Amino acid sequence: MANNEFLTDWGLILMTFLPLAGALVMMLIPKEDEGTHKVVALLTTLVSAAFGVAVLADFDYDHADKLQYVVDKSWIEVISSRFQLGIDGLALPLVALTLLITPLVIIYSWHHFPEPKNPKAFLILILVLQTGMLGSFVAQDLILFFVFFEVVLLPMYFMIGVWGGEDRQYASIKFFVYTFFGSALMLVSFIALYFVTGADTFSMTGLAAGVAERSAAGDIALSTQVLIFGGMFIGFGIKVPMFPFHTWLPDAHTQAPTQGSVILAAVLLKLGTYGFIRVALGILPEAAVEWAPWIGLLAVIGIIYGALGCLAQTDMKRLIAFSSVAHMGFVMLGISTLTDFGLNAAVFGSVAHGLITGMLFFVAGSVKERYHTLEIKRLGGLLVKAPKMGWILGFVSMASLGLPGLAGFWGEIPAILASYNPAPGLPVETFRTYMVIAAIGTVFAAGYLLWLYQRTAFGTPTEEFADADIPDVQPTEWIAWLPLLVLTLVLGLYPHLLFQVMDPAMTALGDVLAAVGS
Amino acid sequence: MLAALLQQGSTFVRPEIDFHAFAPELVLVGTIVAVLLVDLFTPESSRGIVPQVAGLGLLASIIPILTLALDGTDRGMFGGAYAVDNFALTLKLLFLASAYVVVLLSTNYIAEGDYHEGEYYFLLLSSTLGMTLMASARDLVSIFVALELLSIPAYMLAGWRKRDGKSNEAGIKYYLMGVFASAIMLYGMSLLYGMSGSTMLTDIAASLAADDTAPILTLAVLFVLIGFAFKVSAVPFHTWAPDTYEGAPTPITAFLAVSSKAAGFVALLQLALVAFPGRDDVVGPFMWVLAALTMTVGNLIALRQTNVVRLLAYSGIAQAGYILAPFAVMGDNPDGMMKAVITYLIIYAATNLGAFAVVLAVARKTRSAELTSWGGLFEYAPGLTVVMSIFLFSLAGIPPLGGWLGKFVVFRSLLQPELTVGGVTLAIVVGVNSVIALYYYANVAREMWFKPVPDGDRTPVRVPFSLSAALAITVLITLAFGVSNLATRIGDLSTFALLG
Repeated sequence: MANNEFLTDWGLILMTFLPLAGALVMMLIPKEDEGTHKVVALLTTLVSAAFGVAVLADFDYDHADKLQYVVDKSWIEVISSRFQLGIDGLALPLVALTLLITPLVIIYSWHHFPEPKNPKAFLILILVLQTGMLGSFVAQDLILFFVFFEVVLLPMYFMIGVWGGEDRQYASIKFFVYTFFGSALMLVSFIALYFVTGADTFSMTGLAAGVAERSAAGDIALSTQVLIFGGMFIGFGIKVPMFPFHTWLPDAHTQAPTQGSVILAAVLLKLGTYGFIRVALGILPEAAVEWAPWIGLLAVIGIIYGALGCLAQTDMKRLIAFSSVAHMGFVMLGISTLTDFGLNAAVFGSVAHGLITGMLFFVAGSVKERYHTLEIKRLGGLLVKAPKMGWILGFVSMASLGLPGLAGFWGEIPAILASYNPAPGLPVETFRTYMVIAAIGTVFAAGYLLWLYQRTAFGTPTEEFADADIPDVQPTEWIAWLPLLVLTLVLGLYPHLLFQVMDPAMTALGDVLAAVGS
Repeated sequence: MLAALLQQGSTFVRPEIDFHAFAPELVLVGTIVAVLLVDLFTPESSRGIVPQVAGLGLLASIIPILTLALDGTDRGMFGGAYAVDNFALTLKLLFLASAYVVVLLSTNYIAEGDYHEGEYYFLLLSSTLGMTLMASARDLVSIFVALELLSIPAYMLAGWRKRDGKSNEAGIKYYLMGVFASAIMLYGMSLLYGMSGSTMLTDIAASLAADDTAPILTLAVLFVLIGFAFKVSAVPFHTWAPDTYEGAPTPITAFLAVSSKAAGFVALLQLALVAFPGRDDVVGPFMWVLAALTMTVGNLIALRQTNVVRLLAYSGIAQAGYILAPFAVMGDNPDGMMKAVITYLIIYAATNLGAFAVVLAVARKTRSAELTSWGGLFEYAPGLTVVMSIFLFSLAGIPPLGGWLGKFVVFRSLLQPELTVGGVTLAIVVGVNSVIALYYYANVAREMWFKPVPDGDRTPVRVPFSLSAALAITVLITLAFGVSNLATRIGDLSTFALLG
């Protein structure tokens, strides 16, 4: 177990709430001091990340299936909700991803503030977002989780609505209403869960134990569990997003400022997959077995639909957004197999998608800033005009299509392999069909990404930009991008680095699911 | 004849009066008198002191509530017709604190608007006195007296902007509908009295339990409930609310939307839980329909509003629907239902008063409550914009702002102690309605944050001290309620002495 006493008591709390404290400090600094705002915001995220790294260094990886750094304080006693934090092998990679992405986004913002500027408000929103995201991953009480899960909505809504593109007002409200709808049903499910278990706690482990116990005694009908799972399914499914709940995503991504798109793709979508694994599967394994074939079906539809959607896009950012639908399809397919193998693939896929698609959105943002358009047919010849950026786009596209040796590969292929042999209790033939469809999806992925790359990077620049001055990658862009590029390569070459962290937790969950199904 | 009456009179024994229990009301009565006297004896130029007296008086009347709460004994007077228990104390505190914020909202509005100041605060405090009485009333007569005491001053206040046709319309509409509702309620009360032979709520409960099935009793119960459904502006008895809210002076709109509505719910709670617990077969389904209708219709009409005050009026109707929802499951879960209603009322009061404070502040510059006049508020009044966003999204129920906890306790009461078809379906109706509501709340936020300033006038809004104080109080409470157990604790503590 973790041994540093101070970290055990305060590590997670400081990591989670420092960004919020930084935001409060920034509120007191006048708007005109833009430089101070940038420094305070960056320092805050770095200090928060430092606590995160300290926790990571101190973490006991031999017991990664157990919650560590558990904080358990009284909170809203009347509704039996406690302030419970903790971190295990499932949360750890996603926390690390969040701690990495937020400072990079702030560094990228240094010289790239979207209109109408106002760095103070923009950076405050990013810091609030960070608290919400970190809190969601470390909260171990369902109500606390719900609160953090919702905290991210408002900053993202304002970020899209104020700093977004042409259609920002429509996109922001669509994003907000869609996700809030899912949350409302999710909250009803959480409360229903509380009452059917009679466990008198909202702690995730307590509820899981309560469900297991009362379900074994026959006190909770399977149909009730399936219904409660349904509420969560809609809540998390919208967040992921799964087909057919994905329609908010292309609009939100396309209209959001670059920073917003990166955070949205890299972290916010992962709240959905994380919620599926931690909450839905973790607490209601029996219902998960009932739902899994349907989740798998929607996942493979998402893979094919997302890919076809990509082929039809004329806007680079919208194309990347649709590719997210396809990639999250692979993640959900991994989850739907309910095996430790599939779950490992899903979490790896989540992290890899965060690095790669986050990076793609960074590049798209920089291209947009230089060309003032993302219309694919007007771009072209990026390798001529800005060779370094052209190569980076190529590298990330390869990673995104799942080239072996880069991180994307280790999310997709294991997910496909896992569906050859799903958990006991699941229809094998169905999942093998899914496997074939998903495999076809990878071909599509290669198709649309290579086609995108060919149209934007190869050839000669179009006439209108032939003489335009297109600067190559700038220093702040290098600082923001290099960590993502390096990690994409490192995780691609040595995936064990990540698998070993989460495998104990995934194996434990896989065992529970296997025991339920057989 | 006369001799017989005198004979009776001579046997009259003065009822025992517990002055400690009456202290909040006595302080309030003293303040009411003081306000009138100050108004009478001060020159026109120094009338600014009147709201100070009113505000201090309200704060002073909170002190005995605290001493009573510390004392902790439940007190009853007049044979149980007047009770001072935790339930009553909590709600008196709510009424007095809300009235204090309303005084803060009124200070500049009334002083600058060429209105009669002394009379205004006199009526406002009288209405508040009616509310504090309502929290303690446990028989039909006291309930009715309290109701009229709180309503009649409110009718006059609604028409206070007497040179404005809309305000006249507001006053007269509110008055006619209020009287109509009172008449229906009185009819129901007279039936109840006729059937049970007593006006005490506990006696009525006993007689209802014994004589369960008589249709006339069902009718009586429904009539009484309908009377209060007018007060809380439940659909289809809501038609007065939007016009009255729009026409009344804005501080009075806030007062009606928060305090007066809360008083209606307090009466409903006492009636439902003390007088009609045996008739949940009537109250439950009736309230189910009323709640579902109220929130759905309120939200759908709110979607189309282009005036912020009217929007808040319809949103208030929808919020009343959420508060009514727990009544639908009172048979299964009376305790949880009461706590949910009180918790929601407390949070709703803080948030809604705050929203009206922002409306007042913005109107000082734009002279309008039209949504379009709010365009680009973020550019020239970022503080007000952030604060208003907090209130709006709290009303929408987005964590970690206060409102979500209110929604949470409503959901909780609907699903407790076991899942029933009625409870679950109503919970889903509440969920769907929350999403609809989010759209129009976010629409106001959109106007403030994303739209350009309509006339290009970017001079900052000057917020007077009293309004700033009101904003500070409400925003702190809204935030604190969202992340702490404060509101639920208060809701949990407030129990009826009579129910044990």
